[in-house]
Amino acid sequence: MSTSALLFMIAVQGTVTAVTVYYFYKVLKAPAKDEPDSYSDNDD
Amino acid sequence: MIPYLVSLLLMGIPLLWVEWAMGRYGGRFGDHSTPFILDNMTHRRFWKYFGVFGIFTNIGVMAYYTYIESWTLTYAFKSIKGDFLGMPLDEVGATFDRYIDLGADINVPLWALLAFAITLALNIYILSRGLSEGVEKVAKIGMPLLLVFGTFLAIRAVTLGSTGRCPDCNSNLGLDFLWRPEFSSLADPKVWLAAAGQIFFTLSVGMGTIQCYASYVRQKDDIALNAMSAGWMNTFVEVVLGASVVIPIAAGYFGLDWVKENAGFMMAFKSMPFLFDQFGPVLAVLSGLAWFGLLFFAGITSSLAMGTPWMAFMEDEFKWSRNKAALSLGVIIFVLALPTIFFFGKGVFDEYDYWTGTVALVLFALAEVILFGWVFGMDKGWVEITSGADMKVPQVYRPIIKYVTPLFILVIFLTSVFKPLNGGLDDWGRGFAQLGAGQGWPWAKDSIINQLFHLDTGILWFEQGVPTNMFYIDMSRFLLVFTFIGLGALVAIASRKRRQNA
Repeated sequence: MSTSALLFMIAVQGTVTAVTVYYFYKVLKAPAKDEPDSYSDNDD
Repeated sequence: MIPYLVSLLLMGIPLLWVEWAMGRYGGRFGDHSTPFILDNMTHRRFWKYFGVFGIFTNIGVMAYYTYIESWTLTYAFKSIKGDFLGMPLDEVGATFDRYIDLGADINVPLWALLAFAITLALNIYILSRGLSEGVEKVAKIGMPLLLVFGTFLAIRAVTLGSTGRCPDCNSNLGLDFLWRPEFSSLADPKVWLAAAGQIFFTLSVGMGTIQCYASYVRQKDDIALNAMSAGWMNTFVEVVLGASVVIPIAAGYFGLDWVKENAGFMMAFKSMPFLFDQFGPVLAVLSGLAWFGLLFFAGITSSLAMGTPWMAFMEDEFKWSRNKAALSLGVIIFVLALPTIFFFGKGVFDEYDYWTGTVALVLFALAEVILFGWVFGMDKGWVEITSGADMKVPQVYRPIIKYVTPLFILVIFLTSVFKPLNGGLDDWGRGFAQLGAGQGWPWAKDSIINQLFHLDTGILWFEQGVPTNMFYIDMSRFLLVFTFIGLGALVAIASRKRRQNA
């Protein structure tokens, strides 16, 4: 594997992993909403 | 990879936000399918009928996708039975060809037909019972398991190195093939088209599925963060795990040349069983079951999503019960899928994939982003995206959604429609020069116009009284067109019912 390929792979996979973890963490930390998730609530 | 990431940021993520916002807006009025969601956003008849794409695409893709799904079911069972234990590499490939009866004039694969029928029946059963009870619970276990197993395989692939089976049998060559930056390719429209096409399919944008799901989200609930987390998780699985598994492993055992010749959705079926066999008999069976079983589960969550817009449409507009809507979907999918099975070798399967799984997605995505930014209006649109958001949506996406994303998709679409021979940047210049000289446009074989009208070969349906592949391909196109017209007729009937009840 060439050096440029290795560096590019690490940079892209590292960035994608970091952004994915960041948003996943934000979802887990988001304030809880009332259940159930019903669209009937949407019809008003 | 650079075009892929740029396409994700400028097209994939904006489309996710647009579709989630459109769906939630429609849900406020009790609409859960795109014809009437678009109608409510614009109050114009054109957009209502354009929304038929949001049902049609799902049905068209589900027809051939369920067939692929059934392959994974069969391969999970074959793995349990130990069918692949000790099987030579060539025989693994030949087993798959025999399974789908490839090579016969008309493909009649009895076991594949049975597996397809079982897979479709399972889809219909789950849809008739509702998604939340069964699938949601299993997804909470199945998806993390798939990630864990994918990580295991990725580590195995990266550490595989040279297997010594052939001079270029080295997983590192596969990784190098995937990741070596080729900046010259950035000027090649073909590369951008391929990257954008990948984004469309894997994020399920341009289909109408997201709108249907989002229509059940409450107005005050977040859509912005959910869209981002789902989009990036998908990218993680594709870029980090997906890119580290099949191609490097296949390159390790079969060589890079084999990978280049066999690249496609069949590669996993022709390569992974052989890889698992190298782990020893017990791990081979467990790995085969885990890999194909979890792929089957991942596939079924997608096909169920594709069935949902039809179900929602029939339940909303014709007051059909869940069972009746699910059963009718089963009949439609069965009828539409049979040509892809029997005439697989004639190119009908690929034809479905091209028109419903590629062209229709781009066309619908282009239309909906224009509708959202220009007809519905960006002011209202931005409020819809940010309402209830659990994240701060970057303001830069406001002009991106209005100007950049439509232009981006338009360029991709037009370059596909009018693609010149070879399709490179220089070829466009030569094409215009040729056109200016009155010699006509040098259509590429895979340009949409050429494929539609068979400009390069002319229409040739029979040779010596025997139907050609073109005959089967064109008949399958007619079938898809009739399906679209039929759905349009149902929308017209539903509109009349709405007016009568108003």
